Amino acid sequence: MFLQHPVLIVIIPLIAAVITPVLGLWKKVLCYYWVVFVLALTTLASIDTLFAVLRDGTIHYQLGGWPAPFGIELVIDHLNGMMLVLITGISFLVSIYSYRTVESELPGKIDFFYSIFLLQVTGFLGIVITGDLFNLYVFLEIAALAGYALIAIGEDGAPWACFRYIVMGTIGASFYLLGVGYIYISTGSLNMADVHILLQDLQGSKVMTAAVAFIITGLAVKMALFPLHLWLPDAYTKAPSASSALIAPLMTKISLYVMIRILFGVFGTSWSIGMIPLTEILAWAGVIAIFGGAIMALAQTDFKRLLCYVVVAEVGYIVGGMGLANEPGMKGAILHILNDAVMTVGLFTVAGIIMHRAKSHKLSDLKDLFPKMPLTMTALVIIGLSIIGVPPTCGFFSKWYLIQGAVQAGQWAFVVALLFSSLVSVILFFRIFEIGYGFKSEDHAHSHDSGSATAIQEAPLSMLLPTMAIAIAILIIGFYNQTIVSNLINLAVPKL
Amino acid sequence: MNDFVLGHYNYWMFIGLMMIGFYAMMAKKNLIKKIIGMNIFQSAIILFYISTSAKRGGVSVPILEHAAGGHGSHGVDVAHYANPLPHVLMLTAIVVMVATLGVAVAVTLLIYKRYKTIEEDEILMKIKEGSSAPKELVDVRSQKDSIKLRTNIEYRTRNVEL
Repeated sequence: MFLQHPVLIVIIPLIAAVITPVLGLWKKVLCYYWVVFVLALTTLASIDTLFAVLRDGTIHYQLGGWPAPFGIELVIDHLNGMMLVLITGISFLVSIYSYRTVESELPGKIDFFYSIFLLQVTGFLGIVITGDLFNLYVFLEIAALAGYALIAIGEDGAPWACFRYIVMGTIGASFYLLGVGYIYISTGSLNMADVHILLQDLQGSKVMTAAVAFIITGLAVKMALFPLHLWLPDAYTKAPSASSALIAPLMTKISLYVMIRILFGVFGTSWSIGMIPLTEILAWAGVIAIFGGAIMALAQTDFKRLLCYVVVAEVGYIVGGMGLANEPGMKGAILHILNDAVMTVGLFTVAGIIMHRAKSHKLSDLKDLFPKMPLTMTALVIIGLSIIGVPPTCGFFSKWYLIQGAVQAGQWAFVVALLFSSLVSVILFFRIFEIGYGFKSEDHAHSHDSGSATAIQEAPLSMLLPTMAIAIAILIIGFYNQTIVSNLINLAVPKL
Repeated sequence: MNDFVLGHYNYWMFIGLMMIGFYAMMAKKNLIKKIIGMNIFQSAIILFYISTSAKRGGVSVPILEHAAGGHGSHGVDVAHYANPLPHVLMLTAIVVMVATLGVAVAVTLLIYKRYKTIEEDEILMKIKEGSSAPKELVDVRSQKDSIKLRTNIEYRTRNVEL
């Protein structure tokens, strides 16, 4: 008899989110400890679930005891078991990290911030864990609505960025809903596994082609695939540090997970590859996204905005890897979801620390930060090397699989895009390191030093520890990459 | 051809409504009009779901009088009842829609407090001005507006807490 873990993973943060403001009435600090405690609990539950999946295979949990095609089912296999641990782990680290930034950036709103923070995590976990297409839409909107609130409370200009995100995000979610409607009309079912079986009789149906088109377009908006990425840089740059550290790595990766799930889990390989040239389209979309994101990143003068474009380029890696539709490509895409989420959260936590200490996220204000906050900047160097793809870090291995897959599929444009993006990352990050070490403007350094710059020092421990943990995690994932791939990723790759 | 248009008139209606909403979202400069467009867009999809559950000729709501008997089949003919599932799904979707509307209007309020306008082009102009204005100018203005700004911040706090 398996425990109630699958449903607890979603319910614990949901109920805790309602309790948080009540605790806030008594003492605001309590909210922080409460959130850290709750997310620690959720993390333990999801790690336990992942081990159960590794031991016994896929877990089906029927809500309320209603059997699968009629009731809502929670399904956890290797792919979303990994996603669950990833989400809970990252949100746990961000929750530890967030207190100081929330205190300084959003004074007096701590309790409400944490309440929405937990709702956001609930939405993410729900999207990943559910086995029901409509249920997924509801959680997608829970995550999106919480995300709008977390972004809109940011610095000056955040509400306008958020409004654009709301319009784009709603179009995306509505397209997804419409696609699900087409699937429901044709098959009469909403359960993913059931739909997968029923769809085999509908080969070549035009309605289903339209459904795929709507769902993929909707998800592409949500994941900020290059031409549809316009909402992302503004929204994530203007959001409070803690919000962007939570949302930036997870929202895009979760949309990518949903895309993998829909394309290969619901429609299945024969549909996605055989009926429509979907994989070809995705591979090219990935190439365009990589070039677009990398070139736009080069043009930025704002650190956080630069990171946003790095995220856009990384989405291109994963979409392209999906589009290769062979085993190493899919392996690379799934491993890169894991790696990139860890790397992105690291980048945004560093950006948050710099924002906290230097009160700015302009690139020029990173000057001479290395001697002042050596540990934080060491973490930044490790993360930067991983984004570039230097061997001992985890970023190298997923890129390696992706390139292997691209060569195997004969998709040379994708190989070129990957190498180009690596070179651009070298330029981006070494420029940041150069500014950070203050090699460049020796003469200016002395005149400005006396003023505000002396106040900058190493980050507080509550922010430093999660950042260091992420940097170490990058190295650990790199070192144990073989174990992770053979025990987890290989089993998560859909049958091709 | 006639059948293609008239036979599927519910789909044509929903496509029309959806495009009206889409147009409003993209082309209207006023943020509230954009939000209204967004609502029309979502409503179109809800109407699409509802219309798929309808059936012609003597159908009623699915209240099963003999269901308490506990047998596997109750002798229910599906053709006599409207499909309840899309209705139930759309109840949830309406809740989502209302929540989105609420957040969108709250954010519009924040924008209005900050820029004193809800016209898109004026907001963009003000954003551009703010970023490119010379520093002294900004300083003078900020001194003059400091009290106003403070009340703005208070409003913002209250909005988010709502």
